Amino acid sequence: MSARITVSIQQDDFDVAQLQQQLLAGDSREGAIATFTGYVRSSNESRSVETMELEHYPGMTEKSIQEIIEQAVGRWPVMAATVVHRVGKLCPSDQIVWVGVSSRHREAAFSACEFIMDYLKSKAPFWKKELDECGAASWVDARESDDARAQRWKNP
Amino acid sequence: MLKVLFFARIREELDCASLDVEFSNETTDPQSLVQFLSEHKGDQWAQVLGQDNLICAINQTVVEEACSLVDGDEVAFFPPVTGG
Repeated sequence: MSARITVSIQQDDFDVAQLQQQLLAGDSREGAIATFTGYVRSSNESRSVETMELEHYPGMTEKSIQEIIEQAVGRWPVMAATVVHRVGKLCPSDQIVWVGVSSRHREAAFSACEFIMDYLKSKAPFWKKELDECGAASWVDARESDDARAQRWKNP
Repeated sequence: MLKVLFFARIREELDCASLDVEFSNETTDPQSLVQFLSEHKGDQWAQVLGQDNLICAINQTVVEEACSLVDGDEVAFFPPVTGG
């Protein structure tokens, strides 16, 4: 069974309701959709965040997310999966990432959605730079806990 | 020719987003490419490219083990990723 896969890297905000509607695409065999929405936090490791700039590696970003979704499709009976990730300048409370997965049953939808998000965080080439209220910039450090979350899918 | 790309903190520290490097017997794999750039571009480059958590991607795929380059490859160096 081939799954409908959609990947979008964009500066613009997104409409969660619209994305979920598109994910379903009128297919009545689907019994479950699991989604994840990530937001920009107003503080990170005790630093206040005024704005954030998200850089990525055009081309590789889309390719790596496509590969992550294909791995999920190979592992669970996924019918459709969408990833939207924003880049450029973002502010606290802005939506930053959306993952949606549809399947016949909830177990596959939940698992595939979490798998895609965990792998995206440790594999997709995005980098966050935070600016505080004084305009001081700092690149966000990668977290070992994110790698650990992705690693645990290797030993199901 | 190799197309060499740098991203995020690495790009800022080198003040360089991309450059073309002649493919030669001095640039046959990522390690020798780093050594070539470190020798030809000065101490700042040697220091930045000497960081041990540097990630390398060849033709937009991350490489974790030793592998060779061929003429025309796109080689990228970047820090650990922080998206999502």
